[in-house]
Amino acid sequence: MTSKAAAAALPGRQPEVDFEGVYTLKLGMWIFLLSEVMFFTSLIGTYVILRFANPEHFANPGEVLNVELTAINTFVLICSSVTMVKAFAALQQGDQEGLKRWLLATIVLGATFVGVQGYEYYHLVHDGFVPGTALYRAEGGPLYGSTFYLMTGFHGTHVTIGVLALIFVLIKAMRGQYTPQNLGGVEIIGLYWHFVDLVWIVLFTIVYLI
Amino acid sequence: MSIGENTHPPYMKIFGVLAAMMGAKVLVGLSSLPKNLAVGLLLLISFSSAALVALYYMHLRFETKRLWLLALIPFPLIAILIVTVMQEW
Repeated sequence: MTSKAAAAALPGRQPEVDFEGVYTLKLGMWIFLLSEVMFFTSLIGTYVILRFANPEHFANPGEVLNVELTAINTFVLICSSVTMVKAFAALQQGDQEGLKRWLLATIVLGATFVGVQGYEYYHLVHDGFVPGTALYRAEGGPLYGSTFYLMTGFHGTHVTIGVLALIFVLIKAMRGQYTPQNLGGVEIIGLYWHFVDLVWIVLFTIVYLI
Repeated sequence: MSIGENTHPPYMKIFGVLAAMMGAKVLVGLSSLPKNLAVGLLLLISFSSAALVALYYMHLRFETKRLWLLALIPFPLIAILIVTVMQEW
């Protein structure tokens, strides 16, 4: 199905602008995601500047953060991207059961990611690694905690919002509201979900490995 | 997206590549390679992984030229941001 055909099949959502066949909802999501690129670039840029200007405030990889646990969590998020594309492919082929099954798997994997991040936060805070204070003097000052929680927290918020949106899409899928001719909602949430995965691939490297 | 119902990209192969790249990143990150070499390798692997996700999972590879141009908009802005920050440094 082409974008144009998908757009034409969206009831009550005919494209206001024909952007070379890209329907309005999808164009809007892409523009939103591009603004998100700038948002996360600013966060990462700030982190890099603060880190290299104040190396004494930051610990080496693995000294404070649990790299192994987060690597497994990153793998979970990558798996969720696969289940998301599988859900979209199932819908394109008219496989309603497959759509629901893969959407549910994506939700479970996304929720797992958020849960593991919460577990990680709990242990870090328990060890005194908190934002905005100098309690963790031994291996990281206030800058480390602030930047770490800001970047990973914003990303975790994005994942949480994605999981909630996926639950909404799953409910609509269970009501049979998506068809191969009306797949805009699944495609849009898919774009958002893959973007969240893409950002984490970069964040994990910069925050946990460098 | 502009892909047909029966012409999906090889999602599972790409997943395998992404998983392998992630494993390689962890190995490089925890290795005792010289810092500059490790950072260079890590950034190369990360941006390659991110590009794979954008091209095949977000289906950018199969999109129109106009959407490609739209997707490229942030990059000059990021370049401006980096140059400005470097000057402040």
